[in-house]
Amino acid sequence: MLAVKAIQEQGIHVEGINFFTGFCVEGHTHAIRQKDRAKPKRNNALWVAEQLGIKLHIVDVIEEYKDVLLNPKHGYGANMNPCLDCKGFMVQKAVEWIGKKGFDFIITGEVIGQRPMSQRKDTMPVIAKESGADDLLLRPLCAKLLPETRPEREGWVKRENLYDFSGRSRKPQMALAKKFGFDDYAQPAGGCCFLTDASYSAKLTDLWRARGTRDYELDDVMMLKIGRHIRPGDNFKMIIGREEGENNFLSGYKKQFINMHATSHHGPLLLIDGQPNNDDLHLAARVLARYSQGRNENEVTVEMTDLEGKVTMITVKPVSSDEIPEAWYV
Amino acid sequence: MKKYNLDVRGMLCPMPVIKAQDFITGLLQGDVLEVVCTDPGAAHDIPAWCRVHGHSIKEINQGTKELVVIIEVGETDE
Repeated sequence: MLAVKAIQEQGIHVEGINFFTGFCVEGHTHAIRQKDRAKPKRNNALWVAEQLGIKLHIVDVIEEYKDVLLNPKHGYGANMNPCLDCKGFMVQKAVEWIGKKGFDFIITGEVIGQRPMSQRKDTMPVIAKESGADDLLLRPLCAKLLPETRPEREGWVKRENLYDFSGRSRKPQMALAKKFGFDDYAQPAGGCCFLTDASYSAKLTDLWRARGTRDYELDDVMMLKIGRHIRPGDNFKMIIGREEGENNFLSGYKKQFINMHATSHHGPLLLIDGQPNNDDLHLAARVLARYSQGRNENEVTVEMTDLEGKVTMITVKPVSSDEIPEAWYV
Repeated sequence: MKKYNLDVRGMLCPMPVIKAQDFITGLLQGDVLEVVCTDPGAAHDIPAWCRVHGHSIKEINQGTKELVVIIEVGETDE
């Protein structure tokens, strides 16, 4: 937001690009969970574009992003976040985009030292080089601490009107935001990517381990964001809605998974991912019963629908809490 | 002026926006696109995208399970 404004202040036309990898936190997530429904229903990138008066182009990079996540040349951060490769990939896509659309250079809001992996003085040239952007990549917020770029050398941008921010403190940015008259802005401290989340990363690696292959589809990525995941064995796991919003979301996948819900009591929807045997299905019904309002009853009736649409009624006793080992929770 | 329909039921934001955006790329000013969605987030995101691109929202019909957003295409520069 600040980088764009700094460049707009020099009379330059700016448009935004937002890449959708499938792992973005906002957007879909706030629409699913009931507890998040009070939060502003806004896509932050669109909201920022509107504040700045710029066009925003949202680009689906889900397929191409797989290679970034599965084979990161520079490795992962604390979790499954391939931040340096990710940044290089996105700048590379921006290079392709400006070539097609006739734009002159690329700006990002990066600040030296702000992030431990992708925003260090030694990694910033790596992004510029590996993306193919080279000196067409300008970081207005820390440009004065970096070598001159072509937009500066050519006089398209006045270097003296750019900034020299560095480090993790956001105080200079907040002061600049105030100067620009921004009194609301997107949460500045990261957290916009599920891959930086330890719990999400654990679910993703569990999925790969159980399937014996490091691959995924968008539906896999979405399902990992939703529900309680319980894996009693490598051959199957259960995904149980934690609230109405999640049950509604999971119900969209009923035809793709064996699914169960209690008919004798109110309760969640359960999907089964994998190849369960009959004992596993019985266990799943008992686990589902535990999460229903019949958890303290001796019998709960569960309706199970298999992948062919065949419906079976099962009457089970709910498992007790100590029958679900902690290790089963993914 | 032509009318078009786009079915993005089952998709979660920002995919409905991306699909609408990509569809509109091939349309002309004055064309009308009716987008059918199920993600409640689309009720906010599609109009926001339209505002920044100069397209108009003619109507938003919110049903119990579906949402229909009717867009009139503004000036295009694609």
